[in-house]
Amino acid sequence: MAYSFPEEVLEHVFSFLSSDRDRNAVSLVCKSWYEIERWCRRRVFIGNCYAVSPDIVIRRFPEVRALEMKGKPHFADFNLVPEGWGAYVHPWIRAMSEAYPLLEEIKLKRMVVTDESLELIARSFKNFKVLVLSSCEGFTTDGLASIAANCRNLRELDLRESEVEDLSGHWLSHFPDNCTSLVSLNMSCLGSEVSFSALERLVARCPNLRTLRLNRAVPLEKLPNLLHRAPQLVELGTGAYSADIRSDIFSNLAEAFSVCKQLKGLSGFWDVVPAFLPAMYSVCSGITSLNLSYATIQSPDLVKLVSQCRNLQRLWVLDYIEDSGLEALAASCKDLQELRVFPSDPFGAEPNVALTEQGLVSVSEGCPKLQSVLYFCRQMSNAALVTIARNRPEMIRFRLCIIEPQAPDYLTLEPLDTGFGAIVENCKELRRLSMTGLLTDKVFEYIGNHAKKLEMLSIAFAGDSDLGLHHVLSGCKSLRKLEIRDCPFGDKALLANAAKLETMRSLWMSSCSVSFGACKLLGQKMPRLNVEVIDERGPPDSRPESCPVEKLYVYRTVAERRADMPGFVWMMDGDKALAFS
Amino acid sequence: MSPPLLGVEGQSQCNVSLMASSASADRVAKNGLGLKERNYLGLSDCSSVDSSAVSSVPEEKKSNLNLKATELRLGLPGSQSPERESDFTLLGPSKLDEKQLFPLIPSKDGICLLSQKTVVSGNKRGFSDTVDGFSESKSTVFNDGSWMFNPASSDSGQTKLAGNAGINVMLSNRSSGTQPSVKTEVPGNTSKECSNKMNGSNTNSAPASKAQVVGWPPIRSFRKNSLAPTSKNNDEVDGKPGPGALFVKVSMDGAPYLRKVDLRTYSTYQELSSALEKMFSCFTLGQCGPQGAPSRETLSESKLRDLLHGSEYVLTYEDKDGDWMLVGDVPWEMFIDSCKRLKIMKGSDAIGLEC
Repeated sequence: MAYSFPEEVLEHVFSFLSSDRDRNAVSLVCKSWYEIERWCRRRVFIGNCYAVSPDIVIRRFPEVRALEMKGKPHFADFNLVPEGWGAYVHPWIRAMSEAYPLLEEIKLKRMVVTDESLELIARSFKNFKVLVLSSCEGFTTDGLASIAANCRNLRELDLRESEVEDLSGHWLSHFPDNCTSLVSLNMSCLGSEVSFSALERLVARCPNLRTLRLNRAVPLEKLPNLLHRAPQLVELGTGAYSADIRSDIFSNLAEAFSVCKQLKGLSGFWDVVPAFLPAMYSVCSGITSLNLSYATIQSPDLVKLVSQCRNLQRLWVLDYIEDSGLEALAASCKDLQELRVFPSDPFGAEPNVALTEQGLVSVSEGCPKLQSVLYFCRQMSNAALVTIARNRPEMIRFRLCIIEPQAPDYLTLEPLDTGFGAIVENCKELRRLSMTGLLTDKVFEYIGNHAKKLEMLSIAFAGDSDLGLHHVLSGCKSLRKLEIRDCPFGDKALLANAAKLETMRSLWMSSCSVSFGACKLLGQKMPRLNVEVIDERGPPDSRPESCPVEKLYVYRTVAERRADMPGFVWMMDGDKALAFS
Repeated sequence: MSPPLLGVEGQSQCNVSLMASSASADRVAKNGLGLKERNYLGLSDCSSVDSSAVSSVPEEKKSNLNLKATELRLGLPGSQSPERESDFTLLGPSKLDEKQLFPLIPSKDGICLLSQKTVVSGNKRGFSDTVDGFSESKSTVFNDGSWMFNPASSDSGQTKLAGNAGINVMLSNRSSGTQPSVKTEVPGNTSKECSNKMNGSNTNSAPASKAQVVGWPPIRSFRKNSLAPTSKNNDEVDGKPGPGALFVKVSMDGAPYLRKVDLRTYSTYQELSSALEKMFSCFTLGQCGPQGAPSRETLSESKLRDLLHGSEYVLTYEDKDGDWMLVGDVPWEMFIDSCKRLKIMKGSDAIGLEC
């Protein structure tokens, strides 16, 4: 067309668009824009690996340089998804090894990655730079050795929270002597000890190293060696934070910390010996992110440390901090945006620490920028939730876990409907909500009416009837992910809102009352949904149709039905007759 | 019975609400009149203070909580310790300076937060049986699966859900015709499966903790594995449980015989201090020795306290090197590692030790 810009100019303009949403919008303008855009899209994010197939992605976007993908549903984190369910990355790697020789980045979450996949990555992508495996599993340290040895330009190797079969620490020594490109190394999930001298030399020759997260096996006495070789570090994860109490160890450590003037993030802190905490004080004023969720230090030491970090924006901590510590936090850390409090004794019958709803209330009062909360506690009241909601109307993520399922308001013994209702009513920007405690259908009515920007909702042991589910599915306009366990939700709400499911990424329901018959119906009527029945009791048609399924996972997809289903997963679709023959 | 607790609206006619509410009713019934007894902090003594103070100023509640919480208890799990007055137990300033714990002088500056946890677990013991018994029965109520089917019984088509272009509800009603007949077999089948599954996980759990539901609480396994193996008296900082008893002799100037204590039953200096106080109180009460101790035959309780917490006595220990050290300087774990024996010295004798 004579009036339009030359392709190169359009491409250049599009290169400034980074968000997928913008790029998708651009693709819809006209055919030529669609074509130009698809040839210059470099980053692809796939929120559900089964929503699309490798071929479809490669066909549409031939020049991808970075892939980010998620596999298993979130509840897999809590062992609700049986082993072998799926989310294998290998077919993707295989396809991309041929289609994307220039691929630079792979970021995966909750996927099964094998050594074979890692080796294929190491061999196929000459310019490979970034590998982030978050909560993945299925590979060993041998696979890591391949990556270390072959990826000449490796910048990031981040294994956060993955389950790695740790054969030895030898993999680290596979980084060649001329590897100087590392920017980020996170090996905190590994158990074995790596060769310290190899680690030291690696750190010394990588001048751009910004993030170094060590594993527990790296001894504290040796940490100064690393810090001196990487004073430019921005994020540090220590190893075990314990050593014999000797003044020379302490002073070395303190001196090494004082050299790292750029430190903003700290994590690690296994096995803390409190006597060594003051060694860090010199960096505290610059710290914005502090992860003490493995640190079994008690309140006074905790409070002392946290109070020094006046610029703290994110704090992850165990409930040893107690209400008193949270009050101190609220008083000192006015920039706090995110707080996560994990339970130190989640299975204990009684509380072992003095942490109640009051701690959270204090933080909500004292920290004007608080927007993201994950809080485990043993008691909650509607009054507290209402207070929190009124204090922090700009809350974005609110995840509350009261350890006892269906715990009522401990003051009034009423359900916590009012409290959570206040949260969704006041916090109009709320995007993520997890609820626990005693909850009736009423709370879902509040959510359906008010939570218009809610994207992810997690429910457990809540509700009275299908009406609850119906409120959510019909009211929450922005809902993308819904995960439910042990709630009395059945067929009616699900079937009545079937079309809604196509507007969402996925729905998980386990230990609910959805019958096999309804699942079949849903699968038949909605061809663009994959309706997976996960049931370890055997084929669902060996039981009456009205029998509830154990687990149901529904997600929209443009791919064919997946070929890697294990024996306990049944796909409900038009071909279900074939499935059961 | 229409349970007021759940605020059930007209529409939901399923038995599940009855089930859940009967659980709550049980909760209320078991606790009698007590809204108070369901006290998650385990401070049953001050529960009434807790509840009534919540509606008013939070600080008041907090200070009440703290006072009660700093009451000393012997560290042995399962023991119900006698009441102690709070000023007896106020310890060092918020900066945990363990040196201040010994000599046995009360420092009225502040509240030792460290003791709260041990207190909580200590005096909660008696309550736990009720809680455990209750929670187990409650968890089977919603674990047995039978409640899950009751909503289906309400599927008589009365509530027509106006969904977004959903599948015609009539279709599900058709199948509901067959439901009543099969409903009875199904609960038996699935609930058995469900409870088997739950029981399977139950048998693995420690006897003192609640019946564990699969995947609950929602904590990732690597996080669970990283935590210390939980003990009821969980003050272990390093997560290394003691490998057995560690008895050391304790002597006191002027006492006719020595005692032995197992250092592993304590996890803080505070606990050790209170245990020793108890152990040696009899000696100071009846003392009429020539060393200048009061030779009155009866001493009042307060006088005893003054004695122990006055500058009269100082707790010291002999370390691996044979040196006599003041108790309280080093972290507890380190102290246990190096302590060979304890000695309650008279203050005047302890001048040579660094204070």
